[in-house]
Amino acid sequence: MSDIRFSEEHEWIRVDGDVGTCGITEFAQEQLGDIVYVELPEAGRQVAQNEEIAVVESVKAASELYAPVAGEVVDSNQALVDDPAKVNADAMGEGWFFKIRLSDPGQLDALMDEAAYLALVAEQA
Amino acid sequence: MAQPTDAAPTGGELRKTPLHGLHAALGGKLVPFAGYEMPVQFAAGILGEHLHTRDAAGLFDVSHMGQARLRGDDPARALEALVPADIAGLATGAMRYTQLTNEAGGIIDDLMVTNAGEHLFLVVNGANKDGDLAHLRAALPGGIEVEHRDGDALLALQGPAAAAVLARLAPGAADLVFMTAAAISVGGIDCFVSRSGYTGEDGFEISLPGDRAEGLARRLLDEPEVEPIGLGARDSLRLEAGLCLHGHDIDGTTTPIEAGLTWSIQKRRRQEGGFPGAGIIQAQLRDGPARRRVGIRPDGRAPAREHTEILDAAGASVGTVTSGGFGPSVGGPVAMGYVQSANAGEGSELGLMVRGRSLAARVVKMPFVPQRYYRGRA
Repeated sequence: MSDIRFSEEHEWIRVDGDVGTCGITEFAQEQLGDIVYVELPEAGRQVAQNEEIAVVESVKAASELYAPVAGEVVDSNQALVDDPAKVNADAMGEGWFFKIRLSDPGQLDALMDEAAYLALVAEQA
Repeated sequence: MAQPTDAAPTGGELRKTPLHGLHAALGGKLVPFAGYEMPVQFAAGILGEHLHTRDAAGLFDVSHMGQARLRGDDPARALEALVPADIAGLATGAMRYTQLTNEAGGIIDDLMVTNAGEHLFLVVNGANKDGDLAHLRAALPGGIEVEHRDGDALLALQGPAAAAVLARLAPGAADLVFMTAAAISVGGIDCFVSRSGYTGEDGFEISLPGDRAEGLARRLLDEPEVEPIGLGARDSLRLEAGLCLHGHDIDGTTTPIEAGLTWSIQKRRRQEGGFPGAGIIQAQLRDGPARRRVGIRPDGRAPAREHTEILDAAGASVGTVTSGGFGPSVGGPVAMGYVQSANAGEGSELGLMVRGRSLAARVVKMPFVPQRYYRGRA
């Protein structure tokens, strides 16, 4: 069973067991435009919630990704290094950035469900 | 994820060019730029628009730029008191790139000057035009009239297909060579057309009355090779072409010599001087400047943006990136910036401080892509 949650920083986390897969939202990739570079965290790194964890750069500008929850990085999507455009093509799927083993699953409760996130996007669009 | 903040908030009402309605109709993403609401990109996106311009032809609205005509008692001689280029020697229909300099030899703005026959035609940067016009009016003698052509539009048609496209509407345009201009009828509209641009490609800039601009733009966009291009691709195209953006790569604190624009100061002016900051510029010509603008290629894939600190091979700070990003035609990161002259040689190894780490990079020749200007049939 998986559950997808969203942060105000336009990131998503899909939790399966105690591991969450994270990326940027469709709205975020559209705002950024053509993505040309990503910097991913090393497996084994411990991150606090809201800590800077990855970088995404479009033709226009660089942006940081923040860890939506605390935990240990267990994997990152190396396919993005050679083909960052995957984030534009499939932000919520093949364009995932990293996986975190959650240290405090209770932090998920403070993140938005899809309806709340879509309302936030509607406000910002 | 932090949202990019490339569009600084501006106070007051944003101005609109004569093509504002067309930009919106074409789905342009409009942002504040130089006091105007301008399209940063269209549906194709910056990458696609950039590549399309190098592959076929792109149409740019640059009507936010300042257009002015100088008339009166020998405006060419008068203008030479404010710029280091040889203006008096411009033949009718010839144009030159030059700079308005200050007393420190710094660059108030860069501009194009064309001898249009009965007047001099100037094109200055949109963000600087009010200041430039005030400077021209204050500094030129009373016998020179400065007419701001505020109601005129300026379109740029750029790319390898530009000449073939424009020839369908204006057979005479194809005869122009790079850095020349003429009054030409384009699709029945009286225009002033120059063979010039800001992309490194062959192309044209077309000045015309604002109320005719949308009709001509639509007519050009009807041609199969032509797509609308926003400011985002305009910036990546000019960066790959090694061209300066005022306020970033050049400003009131950088001289034309430091900026690598020595080629734009002709021999007579180097010798005679007679422009603001001439003493400083002549000394730099003689002794060499302490720092130089250079092209930089990071070894890796991470772009280095404006304001990135530049280190030498030993880790000492030697300069700053003034423009940088991803070059879509290069297929990797490109940058330009100022370094100490000792580090300015081609191949010099540099470090770029990006997010707290020094990334290996080296000085390379600019432009990053070959220029494809039309200089006449071989």
